[in-house]
Parts: sequence; C-alpha cells; structure tokens
Amino acid sequence: MEITTTSFKHCDMLVLKGRIDSSTAPQFEQAVKAITDQSRFKIVMDISGVDFMSSAGLRVLVNTQKTCKRYNRGEVVLAKIPANIQSALELSGFIPLFKVFDDQIAAVGNF
Amino acid sequence: MATMVVSGRYDNLVKIGDFVRQAAQDAGLDSFSVYQVETAVDEACTNIIEYAYGKEGAGDIECTCQATPSQFVVILRDWGKPFNPRKIHPPNLKAPLKKRQAHGLGLHFIRQWMDEVDFQFTGETGNVLTMVKRKEKTG
Repeated sequence: MEITTTSFKHCDMLVLKGRIDSSTAPQFEQAVKAITDQSRFKIVMDISGVDFMSSAGLRVLVNTQKTCKRYNRGEVVLAKIPANIQSALELSGFIPLFKVFDDQIAAVGNF
Repeated sequence: MATMVVSGRYDNLVKIGDFVRQAAQDAGLDSFSVYQVETAVDEACTNIIEYAYGKEGAGDIECTCQATPSQFVVILRDWGKPFNPRKIHPPNLKAPLKKRQAHGLGLHFIRQWMDEVDFQFTGETGNVLTMVKRKEKTG
C-alpha cells in the first residue's frame, strides 16, 4: 500500500492506495500516529485508491476515530469511498461513526 | 480445482488473495461476490495465523478453490490449534464509538458474506474451513 500525508492549516489528509490487510495495516497505523503524535486530531482520509480493506484496516479507522474524538479535539472524516469498501463499512456498522464526503475539497472544508 | 500452500505469515495474505480472486473471477462470480470471497479468505487466514498458530511463520495454510456451475468453494486447511467459532461473540454493531470493539469482525464478515461456512477439526488431518459462495442466478 501507498500512503501520502499532506498537512493543511486546519487538518491533515492521508491519501491511501492499494491493499490494507493484516500485513499492511501497521503501516497505516504508523502514518496515523505520526499525525496524532503532533497533537493534530483533525484528519481527512481519502480512500478512493484503496482496492481492498480487511477488518485489520477497519480497526485502524475506528481506533483512530476514538483517539481523535476524545475530549472533542477533532475527528476523522472519509472522502471518496469505493463501493466495495462502503459495503464492508456498512457490514461493520461503522458508517454512522464517520462523516463521509464525495471529494477531498468538501472533506477538508469541513474543518 | 486449484491448490496453493503458503507459510502462515501476514505478508502471504496478498498471495492467497490474488490466487482466490483469480479463481473466483475464472469461475464467473460477479465483481462484488469476488470481493466478498477475497475478504472472507483474508479474514479466515488472519484468524489461522493469529489464533490457530498463535504467531506468524508457525505453520502452513493450504487453500483450495473449486468451481461448479452453481457455486464457488474455498477450502482452507491448517495444522494449528482447533478453535471454536461459537466462542467468538458477534460484534455489537450498535455500540457507541467508545465501546466499539473492532475484534470479532473477521468472523462476522465470513458468516455474512459467504453462503455456507463449515468448520471441521479432525485432529491429525488438520482444521478444515469450507466456505461456499453461490453464483447469482441468471434468469
């Protein structure tokens, strides 16, 4: 998988690409930690380029949301969810836990 | 019928995923069904490494794909500890964020996205998980 991080004034954005499974989820977790370790908790995740996400990836998403929403200091929002991953998020019951935007601009503008 | 054997390591999940995806596509499953099968296999193999073997590199995973005109079957075999799927509680999908446990989701995916799921623990011949995906009826 490939991860690109971009820092904006009011939030950070992760653009994820490829396959997120038990082998690559730790890399995803590290990329998130690099942001939250700087006390930045407003994060946009663009997952349009993710072609596969197992529960290991979903676990990172929900754990990051828990970290960011603590003390109302921020949140994770999602941009551009592929149909297969939308179905996985629905099956996990995770859709109500995230704001979802159609594109990066709307997601970044949320903060 | 096609079989692949890999060492039970997380970096082999992509190999098993490619193998199963190709076999499911060749069998004529629609693209979402292919994704569901690939997910179920990925989750099952992760559980084998994590629970049956308890760590990476402790044993092999054998994956066999069989296609018939009406269904696609994946059989996964390992030689680790038997595990009782009934002991895994289904996740609470309505819990508030703070109480969400992301564990147990793998088995939930397997049960929800495959049409038949059967675990057999037969001692020396290993643990066998058989998962069936029925093909969509066309007319």
